[in-house]
Amino acid sequence: MATTAVDQTHGGPGPSVPAPPRPRRRSRSRLALRNTLIGWSFILPNFLGFGLLTLIPVLALFYLSFTSWNVFGAAEWVGLENFQRLLGDGSYHTALFNTLYYGVFHIPLTLVSSLGLALLLNRRLRGVAFFRTVAFLPYITSIVAIAAVWNMLFSPEFGPINQFLGALGVQNPPGWTTSADWSMPAVIIVSVWRDMGYYMLLFLAGLQTVPGELYEAARVDGAGAWSRFRNVTLPCLRPTTFFVTVLLTIGSFKIFDLILVMTDGGPGQSTLVLSQYIFDKGFVESQYGYSSAVAVSLFAICLTVTIFQFVWNKRRDA
Amino acid sequence: MATDVTPAVGYRRPPRKLSDPVKKVLGYGALIVAAALIMMPFVWMIISSLKTNNQVFTIPVQWIPDPVVWRNYLDIWTASDMSTWLQNTLILSVTVTFLQVLTGSFAAYGFSKVVFPGRDVLFLAYVGTMAVPWQAFMIPQFIIMSNIGLNNTLWAIIALQAFGAFAVFLMRQYFVSIPESLSEAARIDGMSEYGIWWRIIMPLSVPAIASLTLLTFVNTWNDYLGPLIYLRSPELRTIQLGLQTFIGQYDAEHALIMTGSVLSIIPVAVIFLLGQRFFVEGIATTGVKG
Repeated sequence: MATTAVDQTHGGPGPSVPAPPRPRRRSRSRLALRNTLIGWSFILPNFLGFGLLTLIPVLALFYLSFTSWNVFGAAEWVGLENFQRLLGDGSYHTALFNTLYYGVFHIPLTLVSSLGLALLLNRRLRGVAFFRTVAFLPYITSIVAIAAVWNMLFSPEFGPINQFLGALGVQNPPGWTTSADWSMPAVIIVSVWRDMGYYMLLFLAGLQTVPGELYEAARVDGAGAWSRFRNVTLPCLRPTTFFVTVLLTIGSFKIFDLILVMTDGGPGQSTLVLSQYIFDKGFVESQYGYSSAVAVSLFAICLTVTIFQFVWNKRRDA
Repeated sequence: MATDVTPAVGYRRPPRKLSDPVKKVLGYGALIVAAALIMMPFVWMIISSLKTNNQVFTIPVQWIPDPVVWRNYLDIWTASDMSTWLQNTLILSVTVTFLQVLTGSFAAYGFSKVVFPGRDVLFLAYVGTMAVPWQAFMIPQFIIMSNIGLNNTLWAIIALQAFGAFAVFLMRQYFVSIPESLSEAARIDGMSEYGIWWRIIMPLSVPAIASLTLLTFVNTWNDYLGPLIYLRSPELRTIQLGLQTFIGQYDAEHALIMTGSVLSIIPVAVIFLLGQRFFVEGIATTGVKG
């Protein structure tokens, strides 16, 4: 790089410059200034985009949530009015309930199935790499293609899933995405299918850290497979399980694009979730202020749950 | 911990052990069942893309298309603007990936190898925003984007995706693991910080760069929400947005929808298969995606 040559004439860090004691102190502060300039020159190209399109929006979000800004008027400060409105907003309650409903099933189901897959794949069998690829494939597939194929699989009358259920003797197979009762279970099934390969990778990484001697010791003591799993694998995996649970929880509360393309919140409001409510209020109805208040509540929920999990984890460690 | 296991009394019972071949067969059996269940939607997608439209939904399911309708893979190009969508998506994915890797690793050097006041606070701001769901600040972001006039241009998606905190985070984690003595030696030889970044640190970070490249490319390719919010004009549509509008307009063209889906997945699947190792490493080291 061209700057290399220029830099040489300035000399390296202070001490190598043969100079009397007094100027050296000054050169140290000059060094700090020089480092600051160099540091910022590295960060600036990224920071221009990051600051403008991430940092400022994040800060603006909190301000906007206290204003009545909509597409017609200016942002007027209304204090807590938006948040009071949330308390009485039936659609908001539905969205909140549906988000929790989704999380309550999505989190444990994904946890169990990804751990199960990881245990299956954590052995020296030929072709394990192939199976790992297969399990990860759904995760890199686009949401639009996923929704397209699953909506056909779930098709109530002719879809293969209901045909299969019919063959098993189920009399009234569910209407899946066309029914208010079954649309959320359908979404949950698809998202567990999609996410489990990703969390499986995290569990596989965690399983590598379990010391083999512990299994040997347990085996010598006559522990069966189940007892080895309960008393060796699970305790050693606890940091991974904790990490996965935190990620899964935040991911669950953020669920949006899958629902948007699969059910668009319907039928009725049966799959309306918080993220979609933010989207609807903001982009469809242009109520920026109120929509920001919903967004702040989503952020607050994510933060609270994460902090709670950290505290709980620490207490169990102690 | 492991001590819980000990109560088993002395030599009561030798550990029950399945013979190895049986165990192996059971292991494979479980794996094959799991793989078949996971792959089922993909299999269905591919067979349906090779059927005539009214053969897609039959009772019972027809698992082997007869006749095999290769024509779908020709018709989709005239039935939709597939080539425009693919072109836009390719332009976006390549540009975003290039900028993201460049600015991300550049900033990561500043955060890991240069010491200056305020650095750690700034990094905390980067990490802190990663905890805020994007859905929460998409509205203020949209307002800013409209004000600087990027709305309804491909630049909006580039600006949206190319400066993420995730890239800085991933690259910094890797740079920190490179011994300081290497850059120190280069510094004594009179190399500038920019020279050290380009000639020493970047060549040593090829695995991290590969991870970031693949993750960014796939994320941009698959992004649906960004284009949905920012790209209004039909000629700007990406493959995801285009496919979704196609599904909305021709929701009865089941076979063609599946053909389009297969085509939209192929590039990502190929990239993933080629660079699988880097995906796995990138995810295992950071535990987060962009």
